[in-house]
Amino acid sequence: MKHVWRSWPGRIGSVIIAGVVLLALLSLVWQPYDPNKITPREKWLPMSGAHWFGTDGGGKDLFTQVLVGSRTTLLVALFSVVIAGVVGLTFGILSAIAPRWLGEAIAHLIDVLIALPTLVLALVLVAALKGSLWTVSLAIGFGSGVILARVVRAEVERVMTNDYMLAADAAGSSTWRTVWRHIVPNIGSTVIVQLSLIAALAVLAEAALSYLGLTPVSTPSWGRMIQGLQQTVTVHPRAIIFPGLAVVLATLGFNLVGDGLRDAIDPRLRGRTADISPAFTSVVVVDDIARGHIAGAGHSAPGDGEGL
Amino acid sequence: MTLLEVSDLTVRIGETTVVDGVSFTIDGGERVGIIGESGSGKTLTALSIIGLAPDEAQITGSILLDGQELLGRSDRDLAVLRGDRVAMVFQNPLTSLNPVMKIGRQIAEPLRLHRGIGRNDAAAAALELCKRVGLPDPERAVNAYPHQLSGGQRQRVGIAIALACRPALLIADEPTTALDVTVQAEVLALLDALIVDQGTALLFITHDIALISQVARRLLVMRHGAIVERGDVADLIDRPEDPYTAALVTAARRTTLDDTDELVPSAAAGVAQPGREGVVRPGTDPGTAVPPDAHIDAEPGVGPAPREVDRGTAH
Ligand SMILES: Nc1ncnc2c1ncn2[C@@H]1O[C@H](COP(=O)(O)OP(=O)(O)OP(=O)(O)O)[C@@H](O)[C@H]1O
Ligand SMILES: [Mg+2]
Repeated sequence: MKHVWRSWPGRIGSVIIAGVVLLALLSLVWQPYDPNKITPREKWLPMSGAHWFGTDGGGKDLFTQVLVGSRTTLLVALFSVVIAGVVGLTFGILSAIAPRWLGEAIAHLIDVLIALPTLVLALVLVAALKGSLWTVSLAIGFGSGVILARVVRAEVERVMTNDYMLAADAAGSSTWRTVWRHIVPNIGSTVIVQLSLIAALAVLAEAALSYLGLTPVSTPSWGRMIQGLQQTVTVHPRAIIFPGLAVVLATLGFNLVGDGLRDAIDPRLRGRTADISPAFTSVVVVDDIARGHIAGAGHSAPGDGEGL
Repeated sequence: MTLLEVSDLTVRIGETTVVDGVSFTIDGGERVGIIGESGSGKTLTALSIIGLAPDEAQITGSILLDGQELLGRSDRDLAVLRGDRVAMVFQNPLTSLNPVMKIGRQIAEPLRLHRGIGRNDAAAAALELCKRVGLPDPERAVNAYPHQLSGGQRQRVGIAIALACRPALLIADEPTTALDVTVQAEVLALLDALIVDQGTALLFITHDIALISQVARRLLVMRHGAIVERGDVADLIDRPEDPYTAALVTAARRTTLDDTDELVPSAAAGVAQPGREGVVRPGTDPGTAVPPDAHIDAEPGVGPAPREVDRGTAH
């Protein structure tokens, strides 16, 4: 991980993500106000020593809400990355090493699933199950996992053409041992880069899904804050800056870490940014969707969704 | 005692027959060379023996190892033999090592696979093997990655991996082709010393007849997938019968050797008689000649001291 420090994107990204993690940890032990307590008398207070970010229309402290919302963001990012990693590695590796008919069948299945937009999948899942952080993470993780699977399949096929795979066979290595000792380590750097980009995607997607009201009301979330605040954004434009900026920064942070990792973790990857970009492309796509939703609703809001 | 008996081995890929009715035997501890031009089917013959020919290859004939048929056996069955009874050294040491795995772990891998030894024993064994193959600074080498070693050093690693389990048969497919000439001689001498020490039989593949006269005693000449001539290396060099063999010898005389040098089978080919010591190899400068005791001393680490300095990846 020290490699991330070698590049500026990596450094800036790490600092941002570390900041978000600290916020989330801090929220476990300290919250200046109850984030859900409605105090009509204190509505739309400006920034002050007592309310650093001011308050919203219900008199709820905005800083506390951003603070607590960071937990949701990180949890969803973490769950999504784990699910995407499991789905991507399992399907990607299987499709590359299984007998040809099975491998191709899995590859076709992957292609079909990729065609299914993550947000649509999320809507379906939330409709079928109950809206919760798990459902949202499952949708995001699965949606980006199948994209990762395609990248993994290509990477494994590339690795398998190497002489050292034949050498491993010649040494008597079994299939699964070869996967574990030779294939996984050699695709590891690509996968890690992809996963950090998926984390960025998860931050945006969670915000978008909460904004659409797909997460439970009881779960504090930046996306939900943006949704609440955009209704009055023409009257009180300042408040929406804070959750908007939080989403932008967290997304940017994960993206920068991904770039930093790509530049630094494995010198063999340098200059190969073009062919490991499918998940990144989809980040941009979902980014566009999210921006479309958020910015479309809060047209005059500065800061939200901008800069990505 | 016959170790390997290949009869009528035929390999077809699609419509083409790339190995055509090849038969030969190798006794325990014996050294046999296969020579032939590019595309003559040498590698496919070797890969067929350990069951690693490409999936699309149809293989017929018979391959007996210790009297047991290998053809048609399952991959899982063969994996037990590979790296243990039969091992292989590959042509290109730059690509046949895993770039992201430390040298020590790669060397210990066959031992872990076939001897089931634990992590600590494996590390100790790897260090021991590094010393045996004459890697400079073995303590550092076990923790290095392949790109941190020179080509010659990497091929020493390849040899250490192949010989880790003391196989009965070592298949070396052009193990020195990717190395420069002085390093070639050293790696060859090392291979020579180690397999004598372990009593390992050798199947040495090359298209360099000058090289093969240094390692093998018996020679098979392959062309278009078939064996066109076979016999004692010295005889074939002196009195080639097949015009193709004659052409190979002439070509080798012209290009590989100086005018003063002769193609003489050396001590290595005759190592079965341990009485012959201290013969300086033809075609190598005195500095790279094998020390007199190199192939009879059983001590680890007696292989010729590594002379190559780090040449990076410039090979
Ligand atoms: N996977 C494959 N698919 C199709 N044809 C193949 C395959 N592998 C080898 N061949 C063909 O089989 C023939 C013999 O190949 P082989 O690799 O055994 O040659 P070789 O004698 O080892 O040559 P070289 O000295 O160049 O290594 C060649 O004509 C080659 O084109
Ligand atoms: Mg070959």
